[in-house]
Amino acid sequence: MRASDLLKSRPEGLYCPPGDFFIDPVRPVERALITHGHSDHARAGHRSVLATQETLDIMGLRYGEDFAGTTQAAALGQTVDVNGVAVTFHPAGHVLGSAQIAVEHRGMRIVASGDYKRHKDATCLPFEPIRCDVFITEATFGLPVFRHPPDHEEIARVLKSAAQFPERSHLIGAYALGKAQRVMRLLRDAGYDRPIYIHGALAKLSEYYQSQGIDLGKLEPGTVESGAKADFTGAIVVGPPSAFADRWARRFPDPISCFASGWMRIRQRAKQGGVELPLIISDHADWDELTATIKETGAQEIWVTHGREEALVRWCELEGIAAKPLHLVGYEDEGD
Amino acid sequence: MNRFAELLDRLVLTPSRNGKLTLLTDYFRSVEDPDRGLALAAITGDLNIAAVKPAMLRALVVERMDPVLFGYSYDYVGDLAETVSLVWPQPQGHIANRVPTLAEVVGKLQTASRSDGPKVLARLLDDASISARFAIIKLVTGGLRIGVSARLAKQALADLGQVDVAEIEELWHGLTPPYTELFAWLEGRAEKPKSAALALFRPVMLANAVDDGDLAKLDPADYAAEWKWDGIRVQAVCEGGVRRLYSRTGDDVSGAFPDLAAAMHFEAALDGELLVGDPREATGTFSDLQKRLNRKSVSPKIQQQYPAFMRCYDALQINGDDLRALPFGERRKRLEAFVSTLDPSRFDLSPFVTFSDWETLEKLRAAPPHPIIEGVMLKRWDSPYLAGRPKGPWFKWKRDPHTIDAVLMYAQRGHGKRSSFYSDYTFGVWSGPEGAEELVPVGKAYFGFTDEELKEIDKYVRDNTIERFGPVRSVRADRKNGLVLEVAFEGLNRSTRHKSGVAMRFPRISRLRWDKPSAEADRIETLQTMLDR
Repeated sequence: MRASDLLKSRPEGLYCPPGDFFIDPVRPVERALITHGHSDHARAGHRSVLATQETLDIMGLRYGEDFAGTTQAAALGQTVDVNGVAVTFHPAGHVLGSAQIAVEHRGMRIVASGDYKRHKDATCLPFEPIRCDVFITEATFGLPVFRHPPDHEEIARVLKSAAQFPERSHLIGAYALGKAQRVMRLLRDAGYDRPIYIHGALAKLSEYYQSQGIDLGKLEPGTVESGAKADFTGAIVVGPPSAFADRWARRFPDPISCFASGWMRIRQRAKQGGVELPLIISDHADWDELTATIKETGAQEIWVTHGREEALVRWCELEGIAAKPLHLVGYEDEGD
Repeated sequence: MNRFAELLDRLVLTPSRNGKLTLLTDYFRSVEDPDRGLALAAITGDLNIAAVKPAMLRALVVERMDPVLFGYSYDYVGDLAETVSLVWPQPQGHIANRVPTLAEVVGKLQTASRSDGPKVLARLLDDASISARFAIIKLVTGGLRIGVSARLAKQALADLGQVDVAEIEELWHGLTPPYTELFAWLEGRAEKPKSAALALFRPVMLANAVDDGDLAKLDPADYAAEWKWDGIRVQAVCEGGVRRLYSRTGDDVSGAFPDLAAAMHFEAALDGELLVGDPREATGTFSDLQKRLNRKSVSPKIQQQYPAFMRCYDALQINGDDLRALPFGERRKRLEAFVSTLDPSRFDLSPFVTFSDWETLEKLRAAPPHPIIEGVMLKRWDSPYLAGRPKGPWFKWKRDPHTIDAVLMYAQRGHGKRSSFYSDYTFGVWSGPEGAEELVPVGKAYFGFTDEELKEIDKYVRDNTIERFGPVRSVRADRKNGLVLEVAFEGLNRSTRHKSGVAMRFPRISRLRWDKPSAEADRIETLQTMLDR
């Protein structure tokens, strides 16, 4: 069987003709398989959804319980038959519940990895490389300039700054699903035991993470009711990046704006965004992780999607691996 | 090395002066000799390292990686030093035993010969982390560009040792990297370093602005008045054959004014204003002076067209005698006698403005005889020459600022305390024929308003946004809608860089004109006539 007959790009998303299902469709479809809960991959309104239990829970929290007609939980490592096509979910290491989806039919195996990273992360299961014929990789940070440093070093810089500027508050911008909880967890692992103040947009998801046994310590709402300006002196506050440009941020004393993202690797990006303390913490694979993973899968063919396809395709050419960009529309980098 | 790299990374992104000072003093306190002194020298521009050309850097990196991938990377990042620091491939299996110190890096770079310089640089980059690579490349390509002046670095040293910054400035030119004896003194472990160097900078005496009601309390007979010339305050020092021209912060600017430096044949330290022109005939305007500023080299043609001269205010030392403790009147007499012996095309005296009462002086101040005069100076006849800005002996009484009414066009978010406020404003005035008027931006200001007013403008910006680009919002501004700002500024220069053809000096918001319809704001012609005056 040819790979392009097993999975192909359609306006709605990646489609499997023999199995009659889509992976991470951007428009409502009959049957959707979903890799993880970020809103550009997981949309509401499909007739039926197959995803990990955590991803289903997260979609329920974000869109309400009736986000899909029917749902089915996929257990990691267990193969499900979908119209004669063998489908297996494997951990992707991106956020809680994130999975790669291996699709196998008549001797052809394709792994759609969704978004992934190889850096260890205490808030989700680590990525497992799966041998396959075709590996579909993301390329959010698909340029040799993206090299993510160890995350604990980045968190240490926040704590050092908090000690240097005890009269100010530190506002860490981090996306609501995944990044925010990882940052909190890293703060705890670094020994920070004061309450962490959070923006309302993080409350439900953080509570869900805690219910899944991921200890984030004491979280307090960063709201006016909870205290006056002076109460936030020296505080570390986590919220979605958009909130820091907002009036909401005014209650904090002389804040130092921090932003946890792989994009912070580029100084000009930090500067333009008015970020004083960039934290290079990413839930996506960096250049070295992307290239190492491609080799580990043993795939003879690589399809590169959402991001900087051209550099990764070039690298594959140099390595003698067939590669092509797979043009899928509608994916942003919400996760970073 | 990593601590220095981290310091640079933080300084680049920290907008507030106090934040920078904290970062610098913490660094100087926690890092040992000689690294901290070398870092200081790198920041003040006193570190001598042979420069590596960008082309060489690029050649080094494409020897090590695919040029196409490098090309994609450079296109994306846009900055060569940063791109190279990020993509530099660590040699296979190569792990440095330990991170080299800044002193080791500087030592290797300084001792490398011209021919093995690139190889030495490559080895250093192999051993370094990404941030450290960036710092190393900045060291060898010259110019850290981290938004820290030498003056600010000296202030951080003053904070570290709890001493006056003037003391550091006075010592500075007698010291060399890594400044071990300076740090020892600042940490209370040694005596203040004594300098045997010649032609050192003497900290400058500065004036306070005249406030409302100040003059009523002062007797005009106690004060001499001079014009306040809007050039560059300089100090010319010659001692034992060493000649130096210093800026008022103690930076050596001799190199930018070789024509003036060549005319300094004397043994003295003089305080004055650097201007261009021939003092016997005509003094140049500020636009003329600008032709001599911020240049790496000054061509003979420019030197001839815009010769530099010094208009002398004061004498700190003449033929070995320190005059600073003498009263101003006495120093002035010595200065007059001394200046008469100097080359008259390069040195003249700042003339007195004669007056008997404040009203007369006020009239003179409002209508000065030359465009480069920005007000008058008042100096007590009995004042000694004191470092810094003592309150009372010297006053500056500036001409009232110019004002125009402009319309708010763009607003940008601020930093720190102001990071959630739109606090930097670009404003414009009308241009074009009647019926088809368009706003043309003429300047940008981020202060002059109260916190209360800031909140009001911020709300206005949010309610009237028509477009967003990153941290910038474009605000509704047409003939019917728009917020009129009264903008005060000190002067106007011609500019080829701005679409409007003018650039304001020191603009700030002086009043919010909620009452004024946007169509009644000023036109560009109003500014153009100010230029021609």
